Amino acid sequence: MLFPLKPLPAAPPRVVITGAGIITALGRGWKLNTQGFREGRRAFRPVTHFDVSRQRVKIAAEVDLPEILPATKLTPRQLARLDGAGKMLLLAAHEAWLQSGWTAAENIPLVLGTTAGGMTLGEAYYRQAIHQPGQHRQQATRAIQYQAQVQARAVFDALGFSGPTTILSNACASGGNAIGHAFELIRSGQAERVVAGGYDALGELVFSGFDSLQALSPTTCRPFDAHRDGLALGEGAAILNLETLAHAQRRGAEILGEVTGYATAIDQHHLTQPHPQGNTTLQVMQQACANAWVTAEEIDYLNAHGTGTVLNDASEALAISEWAGTRAATLPVSSTKASIGHLLGGAGAVEAVVCLMTLREQWLPPEMEFETPDPACRFPIVHQMQDARVNLVLSNSFGFGGVNASLIFRRWA
Amino acid sequence: MSRIFVAGLGAVSPAGWNVAALRGALEKGEPLPTQTVVRPGWTKTLPVRLVPPPATKLEFLAHPRLRRSSPITHYAAAATLEALAGLRGKPAAKHFRLGVIACLQSGCVQYSCRFYDETLKNPATASPLVFPETVHAAPTSHVVALLENVALAYSLVGDPAIFLQGVALGAQWLAENRVDACLVFGAEETNWIVADAFRHLDRRAIVTGGAGAVCLCRDQNLSIGIELAAITDAQPFSARQNPLQAAQAMRAQLGKNSAGELLCDGTGVSPRADATENAAWRDWSGDRIRSKAIWGEGLMAGAAWQCVAAGDALAQKKFSAANVSLVGSTQQAIGAKFVRADFDLSAGAPMGNIPS
Repeated sequence: MLFPLKPLPAAPPRVVITGAGIITALGRGWKLNTQGFREGRRAFRPVTHFDVSRQRVKIAAEVDLPEILPATKLTPRQLARLDGAGKMLLLAAHEAWLQSGWTAAENIPLVLGTTAGGMTLGEAYYRQAIHQPGQHRQQATRAIQYQAQVQARAVFDALGFSGPTTILSNACASGGNAIGHAFELIRSGQAERVVAGGYDALGELVFSGFDSLQALSPTTCRPFDAHRDGLALGEGAAILNLETLAHAQRRGAEILGEVTGYATAIDQHHLTQPHPQGNTTLQVMQQACANAWVTAEEIDYLNAHGTGTVLNDASEALAISEWAGTRAATLPVSSTKASIGHLLGGAGAVEAVVCLMTLREQWLPPEMEFETPDPACRFPIVHQMQDARVNLVLSNSFGFGGVNASLIFRRWA
Repeated sequence: MSRIFVAGLGAVSPAGWNVAALRGALEKGEPLPTQTVVRPGWTKTLPVRLVPPPATKLEFLAHPRLRRSSPITHYAAAATLEALAGLRGKPAAKHFRLGVIACLQSGCVQYSCRFYDETLKNPATASPLVFPETVHAAPTSHVVALLENVALAYSLVGDPAIFLQGVALGAQWLAENRVDACLVFGAEETNWIVADAFRHLDRRAIVTGGAGAVCLCRDQNLSIGIELAAITDAQPFSARQNPLQAAQAMRAQLGKNSAGELLCDGTGVSPRADATENAAWRDWSGDRIRSKAIWGEGLMAGAAWQCVAAGDALAQKKFSAANVSLVGSTQQAIGAKFVRADFDLSAGAPMGNIPS
């Protein structure tokens, strides 16, 4: 029963990660992504998914999907119904599932973040309804498949597990919130293991939306650079398999890292603009640290939300500087959106996997195009390939509507 | 064990802009009147049930954040303000930290259609004022700005059965003392594309928009005399469990009904859509509200109205307990039981400190 609530455990269990799956424009899987992020490779190209000839900006970080998806329990018919977003979600979930070594089971919660779900199918529905009003072929399928919960169900059916699904749509904080919510489900004793992550595919509506806001960079996305002029969009998915430390140890699983802190709050300043002083950002970073029993002094790397827009980065820079205090002068910060663009609902989850990579492999992801620091940045931006000692990292995610989320990960050694 | 109570209810529906209007429609027992919307390129219209214009000017629209907001935000704001009204009148709740959990299925379709239409015609002139309103989190954000003292807010999407997952999450936030009261709302808006999509899935369904809200609290003295007794597990539809099995599992978790209990289910649209839920509740012998026969297919708003109708029946002291059955369209089945806080189900008599 979801209610009455299960009693809180006397001591909240430690939450570890035993599976991670990722797909971005840098490639499919841990290996290709770790190479790309470590080198600060940029994965942008002219948009091919839809017509951008009349858009102001014409590039994005598109994913090349494999022609053949990995063998799962999905039928050919189910596979044929997946859109790009559903395929990316499935690929990430499959990689995480294999890595964690989990087997089919009941009652494994699935927590996903997305802003658009199968929006490309919704767009196709709209175009056909408008341009071919007498043609109904495929419309019923599109009406069902565009819904995020149907994409989530494909993950269940593909991998052979089931459980309650929670889909968070807190705009661009969704992926971070999904992992945080999964962390809380385990900490509160409601679940022993959870599949969590985020995904979003590039779509015409969303691309046009950001372009209409003039939020897209017409040059190069350079988060925290004084000369930054906007964000770049990308697409992708990432999934983390989380479980209690006791559960992981019982089955002798390889532990990739630990989630130690999470906080979320909502900024009531504006629908699309952060509070100029980053009040809520500061609050969630402080709360996440308090929850993890760590201080800013102990954080070795901060993966910023860092979209590359003037307003976001200024606000986040102020918040980081205040939160970090004296540590700011030496705290390495970067935004991996410089490499793969902004993945919207997938961003927080993909960045969580990047954090895991830095913890596992002891390097920092650089922003290779970064040149001139914004005056608000009292912290160094990582702009060259570098190895580093990394034990604790903090990752920020913020969204339209004002939801802010911070996650803290610890190296497992 | 944490006890969770209902502090208020709110509803905006085709019946009108408050819970009393929804109650009136249910008491009348007749399907609400339908209207039509035009589908581009068709001479034939599509039936829908639209929210009527409010009887009086909505004062909250003067808030700067709501100036350009979409209808779904107006519905959500009105429903949440109604659900919160009782609490706001109590000094003990003056400085409450609020949680807001928004539940949506279709979401902001009017502005999404409008913006995409503009994009297809000429992206260079697509409105930057409309695009942000297409985001699922937009209604949540506006409601949060309106209420001001909100500590936590999530927007959940899924089929209508997730509404009770939202209620369970609110209960969790309260139990962990992260908020002092939590508003859970379900909201939808109607336009031709939603009506058209449903026509493909179930020709008898008449879609409708609006919002329903439930305000939860920990303190019985701040409640309207209703207690949350149970929420079943979310029973997913999967390769391992078909919708009927899921609905039956939900039904089994709610247990056998006692005398004086109400069932507020989601049937009444069409035999095909109702078959699963009817099969799961075949043994039900008590009173029953077949809600969709009255208001149609309200998607997430409909799920919220079911909870509001159940809660209102208890607040009106017509029943001692009310069960809510949500059998979703694509995701899961889930159920809940609300009880009168002054009523001991096992003894069949009032027990609390609230006069019956």
